[in-house]
Amino acid sequence: MKKAAFYLIPLAAFVILAVFLLRGLWLNPREVPSPLIGKAAPVFERPTLNKPGLQFASKEMLGQVWVFNVWASWCTPCRQEHPLWNELAAKKLVPIIGMNYKDDAGAARKWLTDLGDPYTLTIVDGDGRRGIDYGVYGVPETFIIDKQGLIRHKHIGPVTPEAMEKKIVPLVRELQKS
Amino acid sequence: MRALFLVLMLALAGGLHAQTAVPTEDDPLTAKREVDLASKLRCLVCQNQSIADSHAGLAVDLRRQIREQIAAGKSDTEIVNFMTDRYGDFVLYEPPFKATTLLLWLGPLLLLGLGAVVVVRVIRRRKQAAPPLSNDERARAAALLGGKESGQ
Repeated sequence: MKKAAFYLIPLAAFVILAVFLLRGLWLNPREVPSPLIGKAAPVFERPTLNKPGLQFASKEMLGQVWVFNVWASWCTPCRQEHPLWNELAAKKLVPIIGMNYKDDAGAARKWLTDLGDPYTLTIVDGDGRRGIDYGVYGVPETFIIDKQGLIRHKHIGPVTPEAMEKKIVPLVRELQKS
Repeated sequence: MRALFLVLMLALAGGLHAQTAVPTEDDPLTAKREVDLASKLRCLVCQNQSIADSHAGLAVDLRRQIREQIAAGKSDTEIVNFMTDRYGDFVLYEPPFKATTLLLWLGPLLLLGLGAVVVVRVIRRRKQAAPPLSNDERARAAALLGGKESGQ
């Protein structure tokens, strides 16, 4: 009996290993948890896309909840999520600030004309430095920032209708109450 | 002459190995520090490459960031902290030793210890499994061995 238990050890080891490997199949290695969650959103003061003379500072958003969406006209998944931002903007629930990441300003303006402009305003990050401050590595990325200016949520990649309904909108509503 | 040529070729071959993307930098020391730091950091776009190896846009930007910070007199630790503050410990090829990485660092030692215990137990059991010979058996063994010797 004791001997039988001894021979079960490799089987047990295999099962444990298999569970870990199986779990790994459903993990997304591209989703790297951001260390910025719960921390102050990096401040910026940048020219805006539509009025290049106008500078916009992130501190102007203090006191209200806002959505910060990083996009570019060369980014195909951005096109995929864009209708969702148009829908959210139509609800007038929350200001959406865009950041045009490493893009050509002309192409970016055309993109907004063609697809609709859901953004309260879009800042320009031509060289990607603001992107680095926010830990951006895969456009599109979306941040939800609370009244105190803390990052409360980060969505990596295109927003899905499900993420919009189940995470982003409820979180914005909750943060607006507090 | 041919031997000398061969020796020369072999001596030179040592210097020929794959080079990572070398930055166009005048100061060789800064360039070396940049490559060293960039080799320690994972590129988030193509995750199996370091930012020294990668040609992804982000990797190029991060190398520029390293170069600028070296020029600004920042220490290696400060530059690495700049990266982990923004991208997390994930960018480090060598994860730091802390509570959440305890199993990662000590796991192999733990397994080694476990293996040692199993080996010791198996060896002990084998020793016990072969009991010493009785006098009768000893005599028989001697007879058999003796018979074999005389047979030759």
